Amino acid sequence: MALLERREDGAAEIEDRFTRLGDEDALPGSGGVLVSFSRFSAEREALLARDGDLGVWLDSNESPTELADDLDRLAVVACNFPAFNDGRAFSYARLLRERLGFKGEVRAIGEVMLEQIAFMVRSGFSTFELKDLKELDEFKRVCDEVRVVYQPTGDGRQTALQRRLGS
Amino acid sequence: MYRYDEHDHALVQDRVTQFRRQVERRMAGEISEEQFRPLRLMNGLYLQLHAYMLRVAIPYGTLDSRQMRKLAYISRRYDKGYGHFTTRQNIQYNWPKLEETPDILAELAEVEMHAIQTSGNCIRNVTSDQYAGAAKGEIEDPRIWCEIARQWSTLHPEFSFLPRKFKIAITGCDNDRAAVKVHDIGMIMKRDASGEVGFEVIVGGGLGRTPFVGKTIREFLPKEHFLSYLEAILRVYNQLGRRDNKYKARIKVTLHETGKEEFTRLVEEEWMQIKDSTLKLPKEEVDRIAKHFEPPAFKAVPEVAPTVDARAASDAGFASWLRHNIFEHKTQGYSIANISVKPMGEAPGDATAEQMDAMADLADEFSFSELRVTHSQNVVLPHVEREALPALYDKLVEAGLATANLGLLSDIICCPGLDYCALANARSIPIAMKIAERFTPAKQEEIGDLQIKISGCINACGHHHVGHIGILGVDRKGEEHYQVQLGGSATEEAALGKILGRGFSADEVVEVVDKIIATYLDIREDGEEFIETFRRVGQTPFKERVYGTA
Repeated sequence: MALLERREDGAAEIEDRFTRLGDEDALPGSGGVLVSFSRFSAEREALLARDGDLGVWLDSNESPTELADDLDRLAVVACNFPAFNDGRAFSYARLLRERLGFKGEVRAIGEVMLEQIAFMVRSGFSTFELKDLKELDEFKRVCDEVRVVYQPTGDGRQTALQRRLGS
Repeated sequence: MYRYDEHDHALVQDRVTQFRRQVERRMAGEISEEQFRPLRLMNGLYLQLHAYMLRVAIPYGTLDSRQMRKLAYISRRYDKGYGHFTTRQNIQYNWPKLEETPDILAELAEVEMHAIQTSGNCIRNVTSDQYAGAAKGEIEDPRIWCEIARQWSTLHPEFSFLPRKFKIAITGCDNDRAAVKVHDIGMIMKRDASGEVGFEVIVGGGLGRTPFVGKTIREFLPKEHFLSYLEAILRVYNQLGRRDNKYKARIKVTLHETGKEEFTRLVEEEWMQIKDSTLKLPKEEVDRIAKHFEPPAFKAVPEVAPTVDARAASDAGFASWLRHNIFEHKTQGYSIANISVKPMGEAPGDATAEQMDAMADLADEFSFSELRVTHSQNVVLPHVEREALPALYDKLVEAGLATANLGLLSDIICCPGLDYCALANARSIPIAMKIAERFTPAKQEEIGDLQIKISGCINACGHHHVGHIGILGVDRKGEEHYQVQLGGSATEEAALGKILGRGFSADEVVEVVDKIIATYLDIREDGEEFIETFRRVGQTPFKERVYGTA
């Protein structure tokens, strides 16, 4: 498993600062932790009061709007892809960035398929858990493979329409 | 018609390069069929019963002669010399070689065509009225909006992995030829009380296993909000649509299970958040696209066409073609000419390379180089000068394309069925052919307007639910078996057919159609079409004749 971060010129492998905790795992005294939405809901006060960065991971049936009030206290929101063809998290990432104004890390976890990464970047994901590091080389290629985009999203990329109006 | 600018070109070319690399990786064994599957499906490449099948989009059914020649060339060079026009304004090639599919896509890109999103759980080719831009009574050319939707939906980052496939149809006429009420989203252009043009938005129609007629969730949507409203519907569906059961994943089930009120509320709530975002269409861009759809340079010609009248008086074949295949144009002295791609003894919707070339030539000579493909699997020359119809007819006869059966019994909508399709339970093409052969052209004319629609399985690609007579192929203990239903319609008066009773063998089904039609001929009142008779009398008389009892 490798964690990649989107960079201007592709991606870089980064160290995962967050320990993914099971719902029964003991809470470590320090360091970043990533917990499920149900654990966050159950232990919200304790988790927020704790020393160390906090992240929540959402399964594909859990909307980030549920986290709206706490987002400014979260360092990372991870969205799970239980299967490559479960595309709910594309909407969640856009809602996080464009509706809820979340500026932290939005992480893609689960079945993250290389060929979907360009769509994930456009939707607002900033980090990606990939099974295989050799995909690092491919990352830049898949992001730049199609030069033109038609849809305005929060990624700020200039759309075909904006180019037309600018020219 | 729309012409690509540099941005549109770049996208399609990049997409070809991308797919070429994916195919190379597959050929080299670097990725498995399982990994390749979602990638090829994003480019319209299916693995069928005997071979790969490539589905190419003909956006909203409009193409020019240059594109039609390219489709002919591809069928000759990369396939077996023919193509199959589908009910969703696509063309399918049934025998491409995997390693050559990137070349086919490159050939298509040269003429501004592609196979993007012709399969997969994404927004498919947006379809429209085949007479758009030519039909009388049209509020505005809906293809302007289809093209805007095409661009917006192409490689949409958020909506490429929806719960299920998603089909949009838009019409600019009250008289619905695009079957908008049986699409995931259907839009009808209309005017509000102040005369402003916008859209009625219909959601949740569809055929397949669970057919529904769509429901209007917004009576009037102003044009500038076209994209934001689409995005709101899709965003609600992407989050709410079922992912646990593919047979319950279409938006029609989402709408049904959520309830129309609640679904509409969710869409409107989402829309309020984005209606004034960058999705709001600048007039400049709408005008730019609209310019591409300005009518061709029609001549000022008189309404009367003496050559046509004279020929019709002396030539029964021509008169029949005129009656059935010619449709009124909005410009004086012009006509819309339908070319039936359903001659006797041929598979509905199949066209040979020679026929495609012939149609391209005729478009150049008679119709400002423009063609359309239709929801009912035929081809249209949209702008023919009325006085030129006899000359056009003669050339169609020469090319074997003058079958005068539009809207008649043998103008059957039919899926590829068990002859080609991996999902089918029964053959559909041979049934269509047998039914068509059963009735002479004179008999068909006597029967009048009648839509027979045949599907080889419950996925309903042949739209049997909305046929006046619908035939569904099923598997019964290893035997091909056919259910018959009556009373369906895909027009502005959309309705789903009702099953008549127990099913029939392939041999019996033609006999049954014969009995249904005989019943209609016996009981119809003056000037009544089949569907009108059915609506008046219901199932009973037909049941009695077919089963010997009600």
